[in-house]
Amino acid sequence: MLQSSVDRVAEATPHAIARRMHGLSDRALAWLFVAPSIVLLLAVNIFPLIWTIRLSFTNFRVNRPNAEVEFIGLKNYLNILSDRDIWLTMQATAHFLIWTIVLQVLIGFALAFLINKKFRGNDLWTTIIVLPMMLSPAVVGNFWTFLYQPQIGLFNYAVGFLTGADPSSFSMIGDVSLAPWAIIIVDTWMWTPFVMLICLAGLRSIPASIYEAAECDRASKWRQFWTITIPLVLPFLMLAVLFRGIENFKMFDLVVQLTGGGPGSVTELTSINLKREAFEKWRTGYASAYAVILFVTVFGLASIYVKALNKVKQR
Amino acid sequence: MSSYSVTEPSLRQKWCAGVLVVLYALITILPLVWIIATSFKTPSDAIAYPPKTFFTPTVEGYVNVFTTRTRLTEEQLQAVGEPQTWYDRLVRKDGLVISGPSRFAERFTNSVIIGFGSTVLCIVLGTAAAYAFSRFKVPLKDDLLFFILSTRMMPPIAVAIPIFLMFRSLGLSDTHAGMILLYTAVNLSLSVWLLKGFIDEIPIEYEEAALIDGYTRFQAFYKVVLPQAATGIASTAIFCLIFAWNEYAFAVLLTSGNAQTAPPFIPTIIGVSGQDWPAVAAGATLFLVPVMVFTILLRKHLLRGITFGAVRK
Repeated sequence: MLQSSVDRVAEATPHAIARRMHGLSDRALAWLFVAPSIVLLLAVNIFPLIWTIRLSFTNFRVNRPNAEVEFIGLKNYLNILSDRDIWLTMQATAHFLIWTIVLQVLIGFALAFLINKKFRGNDLWTTIIVLPMMLSPAVVGNFWTFLYQPQIGLFNYAVGFLTGADPSSFSMIGDVSLAPWAIIIVDTWMWTPFVMLICLAGLRSIPASIYEAAECDRASKWRQFWTITIPLVLPFLMLAVLFRGIENFKMFDLVVQLTGGGPGSVTELTSINLKREAFEKWRTGYASAYAVILFVTVFGLASIYVKALNKVKQR
Repeated sequence: MSSYSVTEPSLRQKWCAGVLVVLYALITILPLVWIIATSFKTPSDAIAYPPKTFFTPTVEGYVNVFTTRTRLTEEQLQAVGEPQTWYDRLVRKDGLVISGPSRFAERFTNSVIIGFGSTVLCIVLGTAAAYAFSRFKVPLKDDLLFFILSTRMMPPIAVAIPIFLMFRSLGLSDTHAGMILLYTAVNLSLSVWLLKGFIDEIPIEYEEAALIDGYTRFQAFYKVVLPQAATGIASTAIFCLIFAWNEYAFAVLLTSGNAQTAPPFIPTIIGVSGQDWPAVAAGATLFLVPVMVFTILLRKHLLRGITFGAVRK
């Protein structure tokens, strides 16, 4: 009885007043909209990070839950930084990072430059080039081990066909000197399209009027390329390098499936090494310190790089 | 040529560029074509030398990826009796019988559940947050946005240790709910940044008109902004879905029996005698082809989306 009379009053109330009563204020709505995302990120990203930092000062091991956990200060950090093997994995990572970035920038930019000539059907062919980067790196990486098989593998056959070498005379993932290149080739195959798309966005953002002005001034095509195209695409290119750099520093799935870090440990990138320490040797405290060092490295390098990027943009 | 422009490439330039790009494209899809081709080969065709381009197609690989088989002796085979179905007959040629379904269908279903679940959650949370960042004065807005972006810099393995411990104590390890939450968190940064870009483009005047007409702020968001942002939301959703679909590191570390997705499973497929490449290729084909089709069909929106997150900042 009471409820229905309230309803009747509510119905009679002008809409604007109802809004003020029932509608949330903008401020409340803003918080309501942002809070769930922030809470989730805090729970799944920041809280674990803080926990990792705390664990990194202990000798905790997940597989020995009953052992006493001791705070051992900076000992884990000192052990890691003085470990020769870890410096070797850092070197392997640096080799992988530098070469993938160099190759992807060169090929990616060249492709973007060609696609920007706007030949017929460029849209469809761009999509076909993009396909590898949309696929699961683990599944594709696993199949590449088949392509890399000596004798029966398609890659070895193609190399043999083109160079005349015997396809069974080399093993891309079994040979110590070739394995680092095997992972670079697959990563470049997969991620060149990403650099290409960003370069393409850069090329398309250059107004035609600048080239027309240069043409009026009788600047050669070569000169236009070096004084207009390159400087204007550079900020885009640097952004692509940043993204690829961060991604490849974290590289795990593709390489784990391709080589598993072997032969020996020549392709053991830091993430793979970290996984071994944390989930095979179960040295949780030690691995946590390792994780913190990696995160600080990425974050530090990325920050310095972003500063440089902003300088280039302002020019 | 209707009009001459100095910036329009000549026909010869277009031809050269076209030929080079098509050549690169053909080389780059060769491994993918090879996966699909291998899935229709017999194991002996798959490992033939020189690699076989022409072969009689068979669906043996597909049968093998969905089943487990055992090798029986002659007497045992006779005791089992004649094969009943076409797939029984197919494996019987090699002296095998199907002993049961493999776990592939289960893993594939897990991928679908976790992929779609995390995408829906990610879009709901991401759209709300992106709208708030786009339209309201949120305190510390730039810091929060940078914080959201920075969560992407962490190597998955680095946070995997405490997440592993956390999930174990909350009973979330190896569950669908746990993986959905995790993938949502990982994708949220991308989703918020992309969606904020799309919502920024919708003129604010639309909502102001709606507010004057007596809509509440929430109604204006729901009835005016959401339909306008539909395309952007759809392409963001596809990115989130593809990422969750492809993710491997967390899946391999945090799931084992119950909630394991397809990427950690496919590489572990082995045959009765050694690595069964056609079966691996069949599993990979079933897993990869939907993404390829999606990419080709939706290329206009996707290509924009890839550069969008990177370029609009």
